[in-house]
Amino acid sequence: MSDINELAQSLKDIENQLTDCMKCGMCQAVCPVFKETGNEGDVARGKIFLLERLSDLMLTDAKGVKTRLDKCLMCGTCASNCPSGVKILEIFIKARAALTEYIGLSPVKKLIFRGMLKHPERMNALIEAASKLQGLGTSQADPELGTQCSKLLSRFIGDRHFLPLSKNPLHKTTPSLDSPVGKSGIKVAFFPGCVTDKMNPEIGLATLKVLKHHGVGVFMPKGQACCGIPALASGDRKTFDSLLDQNTALFAEMDFDYLITPCATCTATIKEIWPMMARNNSKSRSRADEWAPKTMDISQFLVDVLHVEPSGQNAGQQALSVTYHDPCHLQKSLGVSSQPRQIIRANPGCEFVEMNAAGTCCGNGGSFNLQNYDLSRSIGMKKRENILSTGASIVATSCPACMMQIRDVLSQNHDNVKVKHVIEIYADSLE
Amino acid sequence: MISKSIIKEFETICGKDGVMTSEVDRQNYSYDAAVLDPVVPAAVVRPGTGGEIGKIVALCNDNSIPVTVRGAGTNLSGGTIPMGNGIVLLTNRMNRIIELNDVDMYVRVEPGVVTATLAAQVASRGLFYPPDPGSQAVSTIAGNVAENAGGLRGLKYGVTKDYVMSIEFYDAMGRRVTSGSKTVKCVTGYNLAGLMTSSEGTLGIFSEITLKLIPPPQASKAMMAIYDSVEDATQTVAAIIADKIVPCTLELMDNFTINAVEDFSKAGLPRDAKALLLIEVDGHPVQVAEDGAKVEAICRKLGARHVQVAQNDAEKAKVWEARRAALSALARLKPTLVLEDATVPRSKIPAMVSAIEGLSRKYNLPIGTFGHAGDGNLHPTILTDRRDNDQWHRTERCVSDLFDAALALGGTLSGEHGIGIAKSGFLKNEVGQSSIDFSRAMKAAIDPNTILNPGKIIGC
Repeated sequence: MSDINELAQSLKDIENQLTDCMKCGMCQAVCPVFKETGNEGDVARGKIFLLERLSDLMLTDAKGVKTRLDKCLMCGTCASNCPSGVKILEIFIKARAALTEYIGLSPVKKLIFRGMLKHPERMNALIEAASKLQGLGTSQADPELGTQCSKLLSRFIGDRHFLPLSKNPLHKTTPSLDSPVGKSGIKVAFFPGCVTDKMNPEIGLATLKVLKHHGVGVFMPKGQACCGIPALASGDRKTFDSLLDQNTALFAEMDFDYLITPCATCTATIKEIWPMMARNNSKSRSRADEWAPKTMDISQFLVDVLHVEPSGQNAGQQALSVTYHDPCHLQKSLGVSSQPRQIIRANPGCEFVEMNAAGTCCGNGGSFNLQNYDLSRSIGMKKRENILSTGASIVATSCPACMMQIRDVLSQNHDNVKVKHVIEIYADSLE
Repeated sequence: MISKSIIKEFETICGKDGVMTSEVDRQNYSYDAAVLDPVVPAAVVRPGTGGEIGKIVALCNDNSIPVTVRGAGTNLSGGTIPMGNGIVLLTNRMNRIIELNDVDMYVRVEPGVVTATLAAQVASRGLFYPPDPGSQAVSTIAGNVAENAGGLRGLKYGVTKDYVMSIEFYDAMGRRVTSGSKTVKCVTGYNLAGLMTSSEGTLGIFSEITLKLIPPPQASKAMMAIYDSVEDATQTVAAIIADKIVPCTLELMDNFTINAVEDFSKAGLPRDAKALLLIEVDGHPVQVAEDGAKVEAICRKLGARHVQVAQNDAEKAKVWEARRAALSALARLKPTLVLEDATVPRSKIPAMVSAIEGLSRKYNLPIGTFGHAGDGNLHPTILTDRRDNDQWHRTERCVSDLFDAALALGGTLSGEHGIGIAKSGFLKNEVGQSSIDFSRAMKAAIDPNTILNPGKIIGC
C-alpha cells in the first residue's frame, strides 16, 4: 500500500471506535507516559485525534502519526479508566497494522520478525548460539540479582542491566510434555512464552512442578512459537498471522480443559488479541474463539479452579516479606489482581506486604523500552521507589517482561531486593 | 504562518524542547473537549517561568500573533481552540505548588498545577480546597480560574472565584501585573483578580495564583431519595433550602440517566423511578446528625417513595458512584455527547426540567438530565451523532431553544463551562448589546492588537 487514500480507507474500519472518544482528556490523569512528558500526542486522546485526522485526510504525515502512536506502553491504563469505554488498545493495534502496511516495516524489524521470530526453530538455534557467545563483552552488574551489563553493546542496549540468556532454555530441558491427568481430573495446555523459555526457564519449571503437585495433566507441544504480540505491536500483521497459525495448529493436536501461561502478556494476547485479530473464517479464528474463555494466568487457575488458599500459618520472625507488582496485562486487561496475592500468601514462609501504586505500569512496554529507554527507565524508577518503601526482600509479579524491567531498575541502584515470579514463590513451599 | 525567525525567538525564550512546530504536534493542540471544529495553530510554546510568559506575549504583540492559553484542554466551550495564525501557550510545565501556608490558610501555585493534585496536597496538610469540577483529575488551576469552574460542592462552598485571593498575570504587552493579596481583606486598587476570573484567556495570562483554603468538615452524611415524579424531587430541593439547610451536595438524576447508569454499572438503581436526589450534608457531627434527619424527613414528606441513608463509608461511596457514572453511562449510548450547563434560579428547576423534556420530544433527541439541582445548574446531556447532518442540525436548534428556555426563567447561558466560542453568539440574548460593547471597549484598551485569545466570549 502506498496510496494515502488507501490508508485513510483502512482507518475507516475503526472509525466508529474513534468516534466514541469524546476528547474529555481524562486519560491524561492516568497515562504513565503523559505524566513524564505532558505532551498531548503521548496520551490516548491525542493519538485518537491524529488517527481521525488521518482518516479524514486532514493530515498527511503518516510517519509522524506512527511515531506518536508507537510512543505508548500499551499498558491499557487509559482504556480501563476511559469514561466512554473507548476500545483504545484495539484501536492502537489495528492502527499500527494499517500504518505499518502503508509505511512498511523497518529493515531491522523485518529481519527480527520475519527472519527469526516467525521461525521458532531458527530463533531457538540463533539464541542458543548467542547464549554461548554472550559472555564476551558482558560483565557482572549486580551479583545479587544476577544481572549483567555490556559496554560492547551499549550502542544498542544502553546501559541496561539484564539477565543473561539461559544456557538451559525450557525447550531444551523439556521440549514437550504430555503428562497424565492426576487427582485434579484436569488437563491443561501449557504455553510458557518466549521470555520464560529463553531467559527464565525456572519459571516454567516452577509452573510444571506446581501443576504436577496438584495432579494436573500437562500438554506442552514441541516447537511453540511466540504469542505474536511483539510483531503485532510493531504493526507486522503478517508475522502475527503466521505465529498464530503455527500455535493454533500445535495446540489443536490435543483436547484440554484450560490453556495456562505464566506470562501476563501472553495470557492477555491469547485471550483477547487472538480472537480480535485472527482472520475471519479461518481455522485459527475458530480455535482462538474457542480457547479464549479457557485461557488463564497460572495464579488465576490455581485460585479460581484449584481453590488454592492462603496457608493461614504465621511464619513469624523467619518470614520473608514479599510485595507484588500488578502487570498491566493481568490487572487492567483481564481484571486479575487478587489471585496472585493469594498465591504468595499460600507460601507459609512469606509475609505479603502491599506496595503503593502496585497497579501502575512498570514502564517496560515491550518494544517501548527499546525505543524510549530514558522514558521507560524514569517510569520504572517510580516503581522502584514504591518497591523499596515496602521494605520487602522480594518483589514478585506475574509477567517475565515486568520482571526484566524491575530487575533493571533495581540492579542499576544495587538494591537488595530479589525479583521473582509468584509461581516460584509458591513452588518453593511445595515438597 | 509564523516566520522562522520568530520561531527561533520562541526557542531562545523557552528552549528548543519548549517549542513545537511539526504538523502532527500542532494538530494535537487544535481541539478541546467541546464539540467544535478543530483549528490548527502555527506553533505551540511551553514556557517554564512567568518571565518567559512575558517575553512570549510581548513578542506576539509586536508581531500581532494571537495567543491561546491552554492547560489540560478539557474546556467544554471551545475556549482553548486557537487561531490558525496563532500560537498555543501551554502552561503544564509550570506545575509547582509554590507555598502552602497552613497558618494563614492559603496556597500559592503556578498556573499548570492539576486541581486534584492540589486538593490532595492541601488535604494532606489537614486543609480543604473545595472546588471540584468534573475534570479535576486533569484540569489545571489556571484553567479553573479562567473559566470560573464549579463542581458538585458549589451550593454550600461556592465556586472557583470564591477562593481566588490574588493573581499575578502578564498583560497583552507582556508586562507583569499583580492584584489581590494573601490577606483575607484587600481593597487595594481595582479588583483585577476578580476581572481575570472567568476571562477565558482574553485579558491576561496567569503566572501565579493564590487560593484561599478552609478547614475541612469533620463529618458528613449521604443519602439517596427515590421519587415517582420529577416535580416532587425538585420541590424537595426547594424545601430543603427553604428550611435553611445547605447540603454540600444536592444532585438530581432523571429517569433516562438512571437507566443509562443502571445499564452501565448494574448498581441496583430503581429503573422505574422518575428521579433520584443524591444528598450530602457535612459539618460538625451534631449538626450533620440534625440536618441529616431533617433532610430525610423533608424527602419523605414531599413524596420520596424511599430514602436510603448511607450507614458507612462504603455505602456512601456507592451513593456517589451512581452520580459519577452518569456522564460515562450516557457517553456510551451515542457517538456525540453535548453536555450543556444552562443554569436557572433553583426555584425554577421544575420548570426547567419540564422544558428540557419538551425539547427532547420536539427535536426527537434523547436527553439525559442530571446535575447540581441544589444550585440550579443542571446538565441536560443531548445524545446525538455529529456525522449525521439532520441529527446535528436538530441538536443545534435544540441547544439554542434550551438557552432561550433558561433565559426565560431568569437563568444564565452557562453555569460553569464558560462562553468560549460555543456560546458567544448567544451572549447578547442574556446580557444585551451594551454589556458586550462595554466589554469590547475594555478589551480593546487592554489588548489593542487583539492577540489574547481572540474571538472568545465577546466575539470579534
